[in-house]
Formats: sequence, structure tokens, C-alpha cells
Amino acid sequence: MDKKLKIRSKNLNFYYSQFKALHDISLDFYENQATALIGPSGCGKSTFLRCLNRMNDLITGIRVEGSILIDGKNIYDPSIDVVSLRGRVGMVFQKPNPFPKTIFENVAYGLKIKGIKDKNLIAEYVEKSLRAGALWDEVKDRLNNTALGLSGGQQQRLCIARALAVNPDVLLMDEPCSALDPIATQKIEELIHDLKKSYTIIIVTHNMQQAARTSDITAFFYMGKLIEAGKTDTIFTNPALKTTEDYITGRFG
Amino acid sequence: MWFTQKKKEKFMHFAFFLVAAASVAALFMITLFLFLEGIPIFEKVGFTEFLFGNYWYPTSEPADFGIFPLIIGSLAITIISALISIPLGVMSAIYLAEIASARLREIVKPIIELMASLPSVVIGFFGMVVVAPILQDTFDIATGLNIFNASLMLAFMSVPTICSLSEDAVYNVPVNLKEASLALGATQLETIFKVTLPASISGISTAVILGMSRAIGETMVVLMVAGGAAMVPESIFDPARPLPACIAAEMGEAPYHGDHYYALFAIGIVLFVFTFIFNFVADYISHKYKQTGDATL
Ligand SMILES: Nc1ncnc2c1ncn2[C@@H]1O[C@H](COP(=O)(O)OP(=O)(O)OP(=O)(O)O)[C@@H](O)[C@H]1O
Ligand SMILES: [Mg+2]
Repeated sequence: MDKKLKIRSKNLNFYYSQFKALHDISLDFYENQATALIGPSGCGKSTFLRCLNRMNDLITGIRVEGSILIDGKNIYDPSIDVVSLRGRVGMVFQKPNPFPKTIFENVAYGLKIKGIKDKNLIAEYVEKSLRAGALWDEVKDRLNNTALGLSGGQQQRLCIARALAVNPDVLLMDEPCSALDPIATQKIEELIHDLKKSYTIIIVTHNMQQAARTSDITAFFYMGKLIEAGKTDTIFTNPALKTTEDYITGRFG
Repeated sequence: MWFTQKKKEKFMHFAFFLVAAASVAALFMITLFLFLEGIPIFEKVGFTEFLFGNYWYPTSEPADFGIFPLIIGSLAITIISALISIPLGVMSAIYLAEIASARLREIVKPIIELMASLPSVVIGFFGMVVVAPILQDTFDIATGLNIFNASLMLAFMSVPTICSLSEDAVYNVPVNLKEASLALGATQLETIFKVTLPASISGISTAVILGMSRAIGETMVVLMVAGGAAMVPESIFDPARPLPACIAAEMGEAPYHGDHYYALFAIGIVLFVFTFIFNFVADYISHKYKQTGDATL
């Protein structure tokens, strides 16, 4: 592969107290590619995704073994600054979670956190991010209305725009379309396609077509283990393992 | 069969109506009585003279019925106690909900809630016997029974309620909002002040209101520790005679249907109007900040 390595997960084990949720995960992610994580419910996709920006740190009693290298640096190294890591690895959640603030404030939040004070600059970035999130045209006349008044699909695109505003390198998306209708889903899929040009994207999805449409690489998880990973085309047309094929074709017990 | 059932139902409706009507009527009678017994004083003393008069000498000849010093005493104590109790209560709530470990929270929360049930006379006693001498010694003042002591004791009464209810509000802010903030690279403190607090402001204002309403009409504590002097105070270490304390202290010795008696009821009216305004404003504030739903679909 001629792409540049961005993230390398090396022999990652993850425990919720006594429960081992991830077994020895080794997986690489490349710049300007979208990687889809698929697998049945409870197999550890979200857990793995949340390891990548250390969101799991919020849960008490967790334990991590192995390493995750981003740009060659282990993010579980004690010297790493988690706050700045999360600034570089953005996340979009399954359920849209806009702040109960105005649309403008939602996007400006991350910019202000970063210490940008210039009002014009903030306004400029907000517009840029909302355009990148394919939401600008729908909200440009009501930036000062509450974000909670938006539809679910608009809220989710707002959350994407909000994540883009802080200019991360990596975008993690945990079932970003699971609460959306087909049209909103299509919009977000198109968006992912565009975003790939500038970001490393990792998307968790239960929708096989979505994985096939949006991703370059697909990784199949089952019971906390990485079963198979490879080019999306190959995984969907010619998987190496029977388990993968059963899951993809919906013949799963 | 259904006929008797319906009759029973009707009877129950009526019974409930009677009970509800009785309590409303009783409250109305009390208010009416308060005004009937208070208003006659204004035949003797003008309305503004009563409210803004500087001298309260109800038993001298001729008597003075100016309650300005009492009003100032009440206001000063209420405001200072709010200045102490609101930051203290809210900050400890934030600590318990967001920073303290789950175990510490489980231990401390019930203790704080228990403190809310301390009888006011006990708090007054504590202020008199423990706090007053300490104040007297450390600040070298004439008496430890003063505005500051009373404010402190009232704050002591409000903090548990403010803390406990605010803690509920802060704790109940959806995790996904906090996660959204942290995922954008905000620190824990930034998340608390920019997301968690604004999202729980409705609950916190309700907590503040309920906590303060326990202090605002409080009689026993101010009677015991405010010092009782009916003068316009010049510092927070001056004694004061708040409205409720004045009524409680003097009602027993005021001759029935005398001027003093009417004046005390008029003080009751003023106090009633104060609490009414407080509740009105409080209601307005807590409605204003009412959050319009969680960010769901
Ligand atoms: N906070 C937690 N504490 C303990 N166990 C957890 C926690 N979160 C998840 N788990 C467990 O870890 C395993 C993996 O969960 P995870 O949420 O990663 O699954 P998932 O693949 O994202 O599933 P879904 O597709 O349903 O979202 C599950 O067995 C789950 O019960
Ligand atoms: Mg999940």
C-alpha cells in the first residue's frame, strides 16, 4: 500500500475491571482512508474506537495493555497529554449530542477551547466547518437559534462540523447514522467521502452497504477479537474466513 | 351495580374537593386576618413613615414605629447568607458530582442531607454558644451576636439543601454532553464550567431557591444570634433586629389591639410581601432557565 501509516494498534488488550473486552488487536490505519469496523453487537467495536482517543479513561476500573501509536507515538505513554490528543483525534457519537447552546456556539466551542479569541476568525472557522459538514446552507440564517431545534440528521452533521472545527487529523465515528433516515444517511455518507481527502476516518457501522460504500478498508470484529481485515472489496466479495462471510451475508446465528 | 359505583366516585370527588377547599380557605383566612390586624396602625403612622422611619421604640411615650432598621437588618442578613451559602453549596455540589470518587460521594452525600434536618433552634444554640465567642475574640468586637453570625448560621441552614439538590442536577447532566466536550479537547474544568454547569442551571437555581427559602423567613435562628438591636447597622459585625425576630420577641408583651400589636402585624404584612416577591422572582428565574429537553431526536 502506498498510503502513509497514521495509526498502529499493537497487541491491544482491554479490560473493563475483570471483563476482557478486546483480545490482542493489531490493526493499522492509513492517512486519507476510511476504515470501517463491523461486527455483531457487543463485539467491542465501540470499545476499540474509544481506545483511540482515550475516551475510555472516563470509565473507572479499565485497564489497557499493548500500545496504540499515532504518528509513531504511543498514546498510552504516561507522558502523553490526553487533552491535546483528543484535539487531534475527533469523535462523532452514535446519538447526536449537540450542546444546549446555539448552532454557532456549538461549533465555536472547540475553537474557544483552543484559545482562539478573535471574533472574526471564529466566525470564519465556524462557517468553514459548517460548510465542510454540509450544513451551512440549511442553517446560515439561524446560527443563533438553539441547536436542539435541528432535526436529528442536521444535529448529527452539526456534531461532525463541531468535530471538524478543531481541525483534527483523525475522525472517529461510532455508528453516526444509526439514528437517521436514509436521506440524512446518504448526506453523511457523501460527507465521509469528501472528508477522506483530508482526514483519517474510522467508522463503526452495522450497515453492510454503508461499510461497502464508504470505506477503503474493512475490519471485522467478533467477540472482542479482530477476525479479518483487508480491502473492503476483498472482504465483501471474497472473505478469507467463513465467519466473516457468514456475518456479511447475514447468515449469522 | 354501576350506579352505586358512580355514586361512590362522586362522593370521593366531593370529599377531595372539600379537603382542598378547606386548606385554601384556611390560608386565605390567615392572610385576611394578617391584613385586618395590621392595617389599623396606618391610621396612627403614615405608610412611608412606617417603612422608612429610623426609630423603633414601640413602648416609649410617645411611641415610634419606624421599621427601616428592621428591614435593613433582614435584608443584610439574607443577602450575606446568600453570598455565603450559594457559592459554598454549589461548589461542594460540583466537587461531589464531578470530581470526588464514587465512594466519597456515597459517604458524604447522606451526611449533608442529614444536616438539612438539623432543627433551627439547635443551629441558633450553636451560633450563640460556639460561634459568638469565637467571633468576639478573633475580631475583637463588642458582641458576637451580630449580622455576620446570623448570616453564617442561616447559610448553615441553606447549604445542605443547595448542595444536595444542585448535586443531583449536576450529576444528572447526560454523560454524552460531557463526552462531547472532552472529545473536542476540553479539560475537565472547562467541561464543568462551560457545559455541565450551564446544562444544570435550571436545577441549580431551583436548589438555591429552595435552600434560601428555608432561611428567608427563619425566625428562631435570627432571634437567637442576630443580637436584637433595632438600629440601622453600619458594619456586618453590628447587631440587628430582623423582622421575624422582632415579631417573635415582642408579640407576647404587646397589649391586645394596641398600637404595638397592630404594628407587629403590619411587620407581618411586610414580611409576607417580601417572601411573596422572593417566591415570584424565584419562580420566574427557575422557569426562565428551564432547559428545553435533552438533545434527542
Ligand atoms: N462501561 C462498560 N463496563 C463494562 N463492560 C462494558 C462497558 N461498555 C461495554 N462493555 C462490554 O464490552 C463489550 C463490548 O462492548 P462495545 O460497546 O464495545 O460493543 P459494540 O461492538 O460497540 O456493540 P454495539 O454494536 O452494540 O454498539 C460488551 O460485552 C459490553 O457489554
Ligand atoms: Mg457500539
